[in-house]
Amino acid sequence: MYSVNYHRANSVADAVKLLKTGDAKLLSGGMTLIPAMKTRLAAPSDLVDVSRIAALKGVKVSGKTVTIGAATTHYEVSTDAKLQKACPALAELASMIGDPAVRHRGTIGGSIANNDPAADYPAAMVALGATIVTNKREIAADKFFKGLFETVLKEGEIVTAVTFTAPAKAAYQKFRNPASRYAIVGVFVAKGKANGKDDVRVAVTGAGDDGVFRAKTIEVALAKSFDPAAVAGAKVSADGLMTDIHASADYRANLIGVMAKRAVAAANG
Amino acid sequence: MSDISLTVNGRQVRATVEDRTLLVHFLREHQGLTGTHVGCDTSQCGACVVHVDGKAMKSCSMLAAQVSGSTIVTIEGIANGADLHPVQAAFKEHHGLQCGFCTPGMIMSATDMIARHPEGLDEATVRVELEGNICRCTGYHNIVKAILAASQAMSKASKPKAKKAA
Repeated sequence: MYSVNYHRANSVADAVKLLKTGDAKLLSGGMTLIPAMKTRLAAPSDLVDVSRIAALKGVKVSGKTVTIGAATTHYEVSTDAKLQKACPALAELASMIGDPAVRHRGTIGGSIANNDPAADYPAAMVALGATIVTNKREIAADKFFKGLFETVLKEGEIVTAVTFTAPAKAAYQKFRNPASRYAIVGVFVAKGKANGKDDVRVAVTGAGDDGVFRAKTIEVALAKSFDPAAVAGAKVSADGLMTDIHASADYRANLIGVMAKRAVAAANG
Repeated sequence: MSDISLTVNGRQVRATVEDRTLLVHFLREHQGLTGTHVGCDTSQCGACVVHVDGKAMKSCSMLAAQVSGSTIVTIEGIANGADLHPVQAAFKEHHGLQCGFCTPGMIMSATDMIARHPEGLDEATVRVELEGNICRCTGYHNIVKAILAASQAMSKASKPKAKKAA
């Protein structure tokens, strides 16, 4: 690791100020950033640790509205009793990230700001129609994620929370790379309401050339009938899907259907 | 450089470290606690697992500066004097190791796992929970056996009547 200056922020305002130092980067759980710095893929001059800011921590559920602070760890999300009731699919997703030691440190804000193309949370945020709250504005998840490791976040902008309306039904299914355990394909299915009508959203991670995306053909099929059998009729194109040594685009396209089917079955219980 | 202050195995420690110092290097090189190992150095293998404020974490992927103010427990800190911790005793009894390199991390993950599952453990849960700890010798069979035995021994010991707890 190259030399770096560590700063611990006591508040979001403090973090914004510290971020102006040199080529500073935000540090939350550090489960991606520290390994990237060790291999010198990342070499910020300064680190601004936001993981101990109390205002960024915790899960709140009020009626159907769920708000999760950006510095809430995967472990905290997966074990929060209120969330397990309001949106068990998201708690379960959090329990499937990395391993127990990683979940004790990694945070939801860090994961979505990093936008790894195989990360789990982006799929949940998009499928839940979540809003990403920053110190400057609120951004719809559909617009937040831009491409590989890219979001619409600007300089000095810090994710402070995510918020969404708990859907009636939801589930996440992931087909893991057997070695890295990252998603080769992960599908989050949510059946909620939009403008008083049923709204089915299906978001896919691990498969897209540009990161997370919505599987619109499956959404249309599931809007008619929220049943695993309905997925069979929906064609998923391999265009824009990743091909690598683990899986071809065609294989991933097929897996999207398979994972969506399993997710709907799980959501229907 | 950062001035850090933390508790390591019950001892208050103050030090001045380079900000880039990893927690595992701080423990091994500054504190001489070489029981915590560096295996893969990429946060996959779990040989470096220690407890930070009561939770298992990978010390190769954290800066020492990040844990200033925290309480750290390493493999050196879990036995009660000459009495092995029940998980250590179970690894010995069930031969949960061959070369022993992964063992400190296995034991620190196991004690964390047992604490998070007061309802008890079954084999499937132990295997899933061990996802972040890699052993290249044993094929995990005896490790799983040891953790299950320790979990049982500890839940018996925590009941008021028994007096076997270490």
